[in-house]
Amino acid sequence: MEKFITHTGTAVPLRRSNVDTDQIIPAVYLKRVTKSGFEDGLFAAWRNDPEFVLNQPQYQGATVLVAGVDFGTGSSREHAVWALQNYGFKAVISSRFADIFRGNSLKGGLLTVILPQENVEKIWDLIEADPTTSITVDLEAKNVRLGSEVFPFELDDYTRWRLMEGLDDIGLTLKNIDAVSAYESARPAYKPKTLPARS
Amino acid sequence: MSKTLAEKIWADHVVRSAEGEPDLVYIDLHLIHEVTSAQAFDGLRLAGRQVRRPDLTIATEDHNTPTLNINLPIADPVSKLQVDTLRQNAAEFGIRIHSLGDAEQGIVHVVGPQLGITQPGMTIVCGDSHTSTHGAFGALAFGIGTSEVEHVLATQTLPLVRPKTMAINVDGVLPEGVTAKDVILAIIAKIGTGGGQGYVIEYRGSTIRALSMEGRMTICNMSIEAGARAGLIAPDETTFEYVKSKPHAPQGADWDAAVEYWKTLQSDADAKFDVEISFKAEELAPFVTWGTNPGQGLPLNASVPNPAEIADVEERGAAERALTYMGLEAGVPLKSIKVDTIFLGSCTNGRIEDLRAAAAVLKGKKKADSVRMLVVPGSARVRLQAEQEGLDKVFIDFGAEWRNAGCSMCLGMNPDQLAVGERSASTSNRNFEGRQGKGGRTHLVSPLVAAATAIRGTLSSPADL
Repeated sequence: MEKFITHTGTAVPLRRSNVDTDQIIPAVYLKRVTKSGFEDGLFAAWRNDPEFVLNQPQYQGATVLVAGVDFGTGSSREHAVWALQNYGFKAVISSRFADIFRGNSLKGGLLTVILPQENVEKIWDLIEADPTTSITVDLEAKNVRLGSEVFPFELDDYTRWRLMEGLDDIGLTLKNIDAVSAYESARPAYKPKTLPARS
Repeated sequence: MSKTLAEKIWADHVVRSAEGEPDLVYIDLHLIHEVTSAQAFDGLRLAGRQVRRPDLTIATEDHNTPTLNINLPIADPVSKLQVDTLRQNAAEFGIRIHSLGDAEQGIVHVVGPQLGITQPGMTIVCGDSHTSTHGAFGALAFGIGTSEVEHVLATQTLPLVRPKTMAINVDGVLPEGVTAKDVILAIIAKIGTGGGQGYVIEYRGSTIRALSMEGRMTICNMSIEAGARAGLIAPDETTFEYVKSKPHAPQGADWDAAVEYWKTLQSDADAKFDVEISFKAEELAPFVTWGTNPGQGLPLNASVPNPAEIADVEERGAAERALTYMGLEAGVPLKSIKVDTIFLGSCTNGRIEDLRAAAAVLKGKKKADSVRMLVVPGSARVRLQAEQEGLDKVFIDFGAEWRNAGCSMCLGMNPDQLAVGERSASTSNRNFEGRQGKGGRTHLVSPLVAAATAIRGTLSSPADL
């Protein structure tokens, strides 16, 4: 996984709440067996509308998505994270993310930043006033900066360390695999097994 | 120290706990399907890793599969590749799979319980948000992403931060015609799609205790629609009775040991929940959604809300957008809304009890000419059971289509979809824009409301017949 320490780019305002993962990427795009190429399905239903914010020329090349409350609700599809990353987003800012989407994003190195709604609205106003405004999402300093504004955010130290080091969870868990074996040796006999099959 | 049920199950599965790190939690059962697993198996291959516990893993095909002509090869080559990839991965890594045509094939959350591999006190995960369904057995069950699928395949564990706990108490006797689906839709309407965010919900109270396992599964299934990580219900005699007859139930002395443990799986009397909310069963009514998220629901006797009367700016905007998408006018009685399609099925309401309830309403009646109705059993086993009971004939005589098992029209991924502008009354779980097909309009309902609506052609409950 690529390390995330700090990212500077431009931002796009998505003034909608409750953007579920079916909106981020509809199910018809989930048939691929790879992790790439999902950018064409990103917000597919809305991309046909020339007025949709991602279609507006002033926001082309933006790498930070600033969304309304309850972003990423619904389906657990990690394809939503891949679609945002494939499109070029490095970070998403919202006042509340759905649990599974947030977990997926932080596993895959898409930084999801939680800011109070008033800060999200301030950012919307600033980038709408000047879409070329440079925005920095700084994981090391745990803040978002644009213009003269500095908005601090929280992320637990463990996740922050893992993202900054670009470490994958499986490798970390395998360092403790002896503890897993010890746990398994004490599991009760009545716990079900799928093999051999009974029917 | 006294504990909630969720905290007890959690404590029993912690493999390793370290200050400043997430707990490493053991996973008792990993359910797999074709849509969210391919990239995980690829990851294993790239790293030269094996599946640690194929004997705690099971795969089935559901999301992307057709419900007609299942004896023929899947027509869409991209869908076919995805299903074939699952079959190849299962063969390569030694994982049990129930493929299209197999008697145990079906929606992953219907298959686990019917095989008896879903049991109280377990941790259960699947790359599907409706894994919360299994919480009905007093299991801690939740949806995960593909990175986590790979993690569980490789290690049979997940690093997790312990969620907060919420108690939802429902007490009293449900009025005639009010079902588990109406209860959960009313709960979501009250707490909102983000109301459960960060919590495991435990459903408690006399109304919940009186529900069958099928009803409890319907409630836990939609916990995710309130934003909760999981929903669960303490196991009791209803649970034990249900599990006992299933193929993978513990046998002999194992059964006795299991039940002894299962009986401890209750929140302690003085356990402290982070949040508690209460509902009175007598105040509940058949419920239907009018908008584009599951929190936008009202009793069937109500009218389409007027966004101008909603104080919260954010909610008002969402309501305006929803009415535009749904093609609805404020103030119109919900019961006057005409629908085109009835979908009876899904992991929410595709079990045998749901089919029985709908069939009892439809028996001897004729479908409204203006509607089509799809009846899609949650699993091939449910389909066989329904056929043994003659329910298939009731549906076919009524004018409905009797399909094979799968996720079908719940998610707009397989051939069963709504057309642009087509309106459904659906027993599924999500009314998001485009969820059942691009431009499709979804009203979430119970099987009873679905059946009555199929007769009248407008949103209706059996009391309207």
